[in-house]
Amino acid sequence: MRTEIRFSGFGGQGIILAAVIVGRAAVMYDGKYAVQTQVYGPEARGGASMSAVIIDDEPVLFPKVTSPDIYVIMSQEGFEKYGVSVCEGAVMLVDSTLVHSRPSCRCIEIPATREARESLGRDIVANIIMLGALVAATGVVSHEAIEKAILDSVPRGTEELNLKAMKKGFELVEQVKHG
Amino acid sequence: MQGNTACAEGALAAGCRFFGGYPITPSTEVAEHMALKLPKTGGVFIQMEDEIASIAAVIGASWTGMRAMTATSGPGFSLMMENLGFAVMTETPCVVVNIQRGGPSTGQPTMAAQGDMLQCRFGSHGDYSAIALSPASVQEMYDLTAEAFNLADRFRIPVFVMADEIIGHMREKLVVPDTVLRVDRKPLQKGNLPFRADDDLVPGFPTFGKGYGVHVTGLTHDERGYPCATSPSVHEDLVKRLVDKVESARDAIASCDIVNPEAQVVFISYGAPSRAVQQVLHDTRRDDVGHLRLKLVWPFAESLLSRFPDAETFIIPELNLGQISREIERHTDRTVIPVPKLGGALHDPSDLAGLLEEVA
Amino acid sequence: MTYEDWFREDRLPHIYCVGCGNGTVINCTLSAVDQMGWNKEETVFVSGIGCSSRAPGYIVTDSLHTTHGRAIAFATGIKMANPDLKVIVFTGDGDLAAIGGNHFIHGCRRNIDLTVVCMNNMIYGMTGGQGSPTTPPGALSTTTPYGSREAAFDLCGLAAAAGANYVARYTSYHVTELTRAVRAGLESPGFSFIEALVQCPTNYGRRNKFRQVLDQIEYFKSHALLVQKANRMREEGKKIPDDMIIIGELARRNRPALGVRK
Repeated sequence: MRTEIRFSGFGGQGIILAAVIVGRAAVMYDGKYAVQTQVYGPEARGGASMSAVIIDDEPVLFPKVTSPDIYVIMSQEGFEKYGVSVCEGAVMLVDSTLVHSRPSCRCIEIPATREARESLGRDIVANIIMLGALVAATGVVSHEAIEKAILDSVPRGTEELNLKAMKKGFELVEQVKHG
Repeated sequence: MQGNTACAEGALAAGCRFFGGYPITPSTEVAEHMALKLPKTGGVFIQMEDEIASIAAVIGASWTGMRAMTATSGPGFSLMMENLGFAVMTETPCVVVNIQRGGPSTGQPTMAAQGDMLQCRFGSHGDYSAIALSPASVQEMYDLTAEAFNLADRFRIPVFVMADEIIGHMREKLVVPDTVLRVDRKPLQKGNLPFRADDDLVPGFPTFGKGYGVHVTGLTHDERGYPCATSPSVHEDLVKRLVDKVESARDAIASCDIVNPEAQVVFISYGAPSRAVQQVLHDTRRDDVGHLRLKLVWPFAESLLSRFPDAETFIIPELNLGQISREIERHTDRTVIPVPKLGGALHDPSDLAGLLEEVA
Repeated sequence: MTYEDWFREDRLPHIYCVGCGNGTVINCTLSAVDQMGWNKEETVFVSGIGCSSRAPGYIVTDSLHTTHGRAIAFATGIKMANPDLKVIVFTGDGDLAAIGGNHFIHGCRRNIDLTVVCMNNMIYGMTGGQGSPTTPPGALSTTTPYGSREAAFDLCGLAAAAGANYVARYTSYHVTELTRAVRAGLESPGFSFIEALVQCPTNYGRRNKFRQVLDQIEYFKSHALLVQKANRMREEGKKIPDDMIIIGELARRNRPALGVRK
């Protein structure tokens, strides 16, 4: 089955890396197929950044996301640019620290940036918290696969911090489910 | 792996040991990866002062016997045109990767296009022929780049890998083969004239530094390589041979995927739009719809069209205003429907499916 | 061996006009190469387009006669790919300083191990005498029929400022000195630039009051000023007339060079 995931935030949050990690998890550790794409702009920092990943059991033919099943939105501008016109059946995870709008579809609020800052002491891992939340909420890739893909992708010396962030994402989803 | 990285990896696997380049979006990752990897293989990476110098350095390196490559995009490709003609005239093997973006001029640096398909065929002055490959996946960025070196060496011409921003920048699974087939340029037999062609219309290569004492010039030259710029027959014979050595092999080197050869309606595509066509065929599951996907676009082998004997209509989606559609129209009396698209977005499969409904 | 052993005899006679200065520069360069004791197999000549650039066609080694202005870029590829080759570039003022100006300064900046010999005739000779970047102010050409109104490039100053390890200027009159300078250039690792002012009787001389070939050579002789003397004059506060040609070794240094086998 084809699953389309769109990530958006501002440049510097690791929006592209998040999509790359999910794609890597699917291909390398879950034995699936994936294509990752992104929108390139001239700005390296700031601005609304967007990346996407398509995961499928069969080879991915059309490489572009047309109607995302899952959104991961990490900035208000990103929501306005890439998260407004959602399908009813879609799921959106928002970083509730930074996004104040809510979509018409099902929405899961993850205070990723606040938790990154307050529990882990580093804003920079907010994207990994969102990845943990994405996997816990949707099962789009397995827990083992995302863990391995994160370890493959993050700078040496930050593995522990990033795994904590991933687990924080798992926990936050559990809290939403039971809260 | 990203398409541009796969391209560099394919080149390295093919034994490319020289890269001369200049940064330009959306091709730069090719240069960056070569800068990272070439020194570890004993190869040479050099960032030149512009694209004119880049292709010049690549041609110079090729004459020392190295497999050499550059990568660029539209504006840089335009700058290379004169020296590409030099490579054609002097029969210098080299590989030029063009990660196409929207033009003319600076256009859309970060968006995909296929607007340089005629430029790669006709862009330098004078008559010549060209070989151009068009990858449609990250895997083909690797495979076709590696193959480009074999074609360059076999025919002693610049070979173009005409990719686009979508294929260059997307990431997907790459399976690295254990070995890459390598067919090197044949050396010049001592005693033979350096520009006298063998039966395949290609002369042996007299590598610099091996005692051949060869003079290589962009002027019209005789079989000794000596300038002979005012003889009509020498010029005509030379240019015809340069064209014929490629054109006479166009069926032999044709490379494509064929789906449903008995179809009445046939999509023809190359590069990124192929992925939209594949999606349409997957979704509609119609036996009367075929697909000719060109991996090698130039020289276009018109015999491929007869592989679809029942075809009534050819539909040709391209990220330009119909550059290859023109070539197809030239070779068939069937209906040709170009589906041009500009702006950087890929053809939407649902639009193509809609068109298909209208046609048949 | 002598310089004559380096000629590609089946290509002679050459295309140069009677009285052209380029032959002198080719002879001086080949004498220097011959003195180095280099093998023909390991020596490569590269050129662009113009009268100067026909020179490699008359030399028996491997040679690459390239596109207009780009010889240094092609030569850079050869040298980087195979540092064992000795690479010499013949160029002219239009080829080097107009269309090829960017490659010239970047070759100097990289200090790539080439020897570049420029036959500066101050004119586009092959295309019939148009003004070039080194045409002196006031000089007549087919595109400066009222006298050139632009300043001329100081090619050696450019090379020295851009970082070349060895820079020298002589003229076709200074055969011994020019040969010695080319040899010094061949011996120096890094970018060596030797400018040789040459007469072009056909397209420069006859428009600019050098009616006979010897008139322009005589001019080179009488207007040459050795760099050491010029420096002394400057120190003494004496003015050096604008039409003097500063000759001699203008830079010799040991910046790190590119394209040298470690």
